Amino acid sequence: MKELMLGNKAVARGLYEAGVAVASSYPGTPSTETTEEAAKFEEIYCEWAPNEKVAMETAFGASRAGKRSYCAMKHVGLNVAADPLFTMSYTGVNAGMVILVADDPGMHSSQNEQDSRHYAIAAKMPMLEPADSQEAKDFVIEAYDISEQFDTPVLIKMCTRVAHSQSVVETGERAEIPVKPYVKDAAKYVMVPANAKRRHPIVEERTRKLVAFAEESHLNRVEEGSDTSMGIITSSTSYQYVKEVFGDKYPVLKIGLINPLPEKKIKDFAAKVDKLVVVEELDPIIETHCKTLGLEVTGKDIFPLIDEFSQGLIATKLGLPEKPACKPIEGLPGRPPAMCAGCPHRGMFYVLSKLKLTVMGDIGCYTLGATPPLCAIDTTECMGASISSLHGFNKALGADAEKKTVAVIGDSTFMHSGMTGLANIAYNQTNSTVIILDNSITGMTGHQQNPTTGFNLRGDPAGKIDLEALVRAMGINRVRVVDPYNLAEAEAAVKEELAAEEPSVIISRRPCALLKKVKRGEPIQVNPDKCKSCKACMKLGCPAISFKDGHAHVDTTQCFGCKVCSELCKFGAFETLAGEAITW
Amino acid sequence: MVTSIMIVGVGGQGSLLASKLLGRAAMDKGYDVKVSEVHGMSQRGGSVVTYVKFGDKVNSPIIDKGEADYIISFELLEAARYVQFLKPGGQIVTNSQQIDPMPVIAGTAEYPSELIEKMEAAGAKVDAIDALTIAEQAGSSKATNIVLMGVFSKYISEISKEEWIKAVEASVPAKFLDLNMKAFEMGLAAE
Ligand SMILES: Cc1ncc(C[n+]2csc(CCOP(=O)(O)OP(=O)(O)O)c2C)c(N)n1
Ligand code: SF4
Ligand code: SF4
Repeated sequence: MKELMLGNKAVARGLYEAGVAVASSYPGTPSTETTEEAAKFEEIYCEWAPNEKVAMETAFGASRAGKRSYCAMKHVGLNVAADPLFTMSYTGVNAGMVILVADDPGMHSSQNEQDSRHYAIAAKMPMLEPADSQEAKDFVIEAYDISEQFDTPVLIKMCTRVAHSQSVVETGERAEIPVKPYVKDAAKYVMVPANAKRRHPIVEERTRKLVAFAEESHLNRVEEGSDTSMGIITSSTSYQYVKEVFGDKYPVLKIGLINPLPEKKIKDFAAKVDKLVVVEELDPIIETHCKTLGLEVTGKDIFPLIDEFSQGLIATKLGLPEKPACKPIEGLPGRPPAMCAGCPHRGMFYVLSKLKLTVMGDIGCYTLGATPPLCAIDTTECMGASISSLHGFNKALGADAEKKTVAVIGDSTFMHSGMTGLANIAYNQTNSTVIILDNSITGMTGHQQNPTTGFNLRGDPAGKIDLEALVRAMGINRVRVVDPYNLAEAEAAVKEELAAEEPSVIISRRPCALLKKVKRGEPIQVNPDKCKSCKACMKLGCPAISFKDGHAHVDTTQCFGCKVCSELCKFGAFETLAGEAITW
Repeated sequence: MVTSIMIVGVGGQGSLLASKLLGRAAMDKGYDVKVSEVHGMSQRGGSVVTYVKFGDKVNSPIIDKGEADYIISFELLEAARYVQFLKPGGQIVTNSQQIDPMPVIAGTAEYPSELIEKMEAAGAKVDAIDALTIAEQAGSSKATNIVLMGVFSKYISEISKEEWIKAVEASVPAKFLDLNMKAFEMGLAAE
C-alpha cells in the first residue's frame, strides 16, 4: 500500500516491518515521533526513558536478551548517551539494535547545530542516512540486517527535513524474527581491560569489512548524468536539493551509508568527471574523506558550514542565477515563540524578574522565560546545567551570590539530568535555591509523559515518582510547593528560601495549560474606564494581552482565564465577561 | 510541473491539518507529493511555515525564494513576512485576522499598516478574507483553517470539489466532520 508519511512515521513503519520488539527513547525534536508512532503498533513495546543514556542501555539490554531493539534521540541526546555508545561498539549486539539520531541543521528547535556523523566515526559504528520517507523505512530494515551481520549497533541519522517531511511510502509486511537466545559470554560482554583489548581489533576488522560492504552496497548508488564536466557526491536532504536543481544533468554519487565511506567507489566516480563537488550540510565529512583519498574536491570552500541548505543555495553557489521573486517587505516585526496564554511558568518568571535575581536556566518551554518582556533567565546550555552551574556559581561567589541566584528546571529535565546536580548541592553543600517548574508533562517536545506524571508513553497509569519525597531523600530539608498562579505566595516562597541558611527546593506546581485534562478558566476582560494605562499587566508578556486604543485589552479567544494579570492591576480593571470583580 | 504552496501562520493555528488535507487531495489525485512541516519550539506561538509540493516528481521538500505559486496564510502579518517566496505575480490567500506578535505586545514594535497594499506592491495577488468570522458562523473558530482551504480550493483547478470533500472526510476526526464540511463549503462560497 502507498501512503503519504512523515519521515519519522516511516521510521516507525520500518521498525514494525523489521520485527522490532522493544523501543526505549527520550523525546527531542526532531526525533520524537519515531517512538510515538512505533507505540501505535501493539507488537512493539515502547517507553520514554528518563534520559538518552538510560534509553540506549535499555535498548541494548533488549538486544542482548535476543530481541530487536531501538532507541531514538535528538543530536544533543547522543552526547548524553555517548558513554554506552562507544563501548557497545566493542561488545556488539545479540539481536539487531538501531540507534536513531536526529540532527537539526538550522536549529529550528535546538541549542546547537552539532553534526552527529562525527559520532559514527569516533565510535566506529556504521551510520545510515536516508533522504526521504521511503528510504527512512527501507534503511531501518536494512540497518537491522547490517547490525546482525556485522555484530554492531547501527546508527541512523535523520535531519529535520527528512524527519518532518512527508513523502510517499510503499509499505510491506512485518517480519517475524525469532528470539536469539542469550548466551553468557564474558569475553564479549564484560568490558574489563583484558577483554576490551581483545575486542578492539575485532572492531577494526569489522570496519574493514564494512568498507568492503560499502563498495558494493546499493545504499551508495551512482546516478548517471549526461554532462560529466561535474560530478556531485551528496547525501540526506542535500541530495534532494541537488536533484531539484540539476535533475539528471550531472552524475551523482548518492551516499546512504555515511560511515564507513567507500574508497574505490568514490575514486571511480571521481575519475569519470572533470570536477568533483561534495554537497553536505554542516561539517565536511565526505569532503575530508575525499581529500584523504587524494582527490581534488570543491566543498566547504563554497558551501557554508552553518545552517541548513536549500535548492536555491546550491544553485547560486554553483553559479546559477537567483530566481525572480516578489520583493521582500522590510521592517516587519518578528514573531518569536512565547509561552502560551495561561502557561503556569509565567507567574514564577514574573516573580524572578521582579526580584531581579540571577537565574540559571535550563531547557524546556520555560526557556522562553528568557525572552522579552520577562527576560528572567540568564543562562541556557544543556539539560540539567541549571542546577549544577548554580552550585558552581555559588561556590565561586559564596553568600553574596547565594542570596540572589536561583536555578529553574522543568520536571522532565529534572528527571533527565537535574537530580545529579542536586546531589552535588546536597553533598558539597552550597546554600542554593532550586525551583522545579513542575507542569506535569514534557511540554516543549509536544507533551510526553515522564517519570513524575504517573502515566506511560501510551497514556496508561504507570509508576509515579514523588518529587518532594525524592528531593528530601536526597538530603534537602527545605522543600515546599507553591502555585505559580498565586504571585504573592510564589514571591514570598522565593524570598524565604533565598534567605534560608541551607539548600532548598521550591516546586512550582501547575499543569501545562495545553493538557487535555486541564480545564480552561473563563476568559476575563479589562474595563477601559478603570484601566489607567499603567501597563503593569503588560510586563507579564501574556500573548492574550495587548494595548489597544490607549488601554490594556484581553483577546478573549486566547485568554485562558488564569487571572494572573489581574493580580498586577492596582486599579481592579480586570473583571469577568459579565462585568463582575475577579475572585479566587 | 510542480505546484508549490506555502502554508504560513502562528504556531498552534492548525497549519498541520491544512497541509494534511492538501497533501491528501493531491496524493489521491495520483501526484507525487511532499509536505514539510515544523514541529517543536516555533509551535509555541512563533511564526510557522509548512511547504506542500505536488506534481509528477517532487525532489526537494522545501520551497525557496521565488518558487511558491501560492501562499495560504492564517494571519495577515505572516502572509507579508513570506511574500518573497512567491513567484512574481503569485497568489496569496490570507485570513485578514491580525494577531499581535510579542514585540508588539511588549510595546517595542507596532503592527504594520496597509499590509495588503504592501504585498500587492511587492508583486503578489492578494485574496484576503475574514476566515475567523466565517468559521465562527460555521460553528467554531477552530475551523478557520478549513474555511481558508475552502477559499483556496477554487484556485487549484487540478482538484475537483468532490475530491476536496473526500480529502476533508479523510483528514478530520469523525465527530468534527459536519462542522468542517460546513466550514469548507462556506469558504468555497465566500467572495
Ligand atoms: C539532551 C537533550 N535531550 C532532549 C532535548 C529536547 N528537549 C528540550 S526541552 C525538553 C524537556 C522539557 O520538559 P520539561 O523539563 O518538563 O519542561 P517543559 O517544556 O514542560 O516546560 C526536551 C526533552 C534536549 N534539548 N537535550
Ligand atoms: S505548552 Fe504548556 S508549558 Fe509549554 S508554554 Fe504552553 S502552557 Fe507553558
Ligand atoms: S487571565 Fe490574563 S494572564 Fe491569564 S491568560 Fe487571560 S489575559 Fe493572559
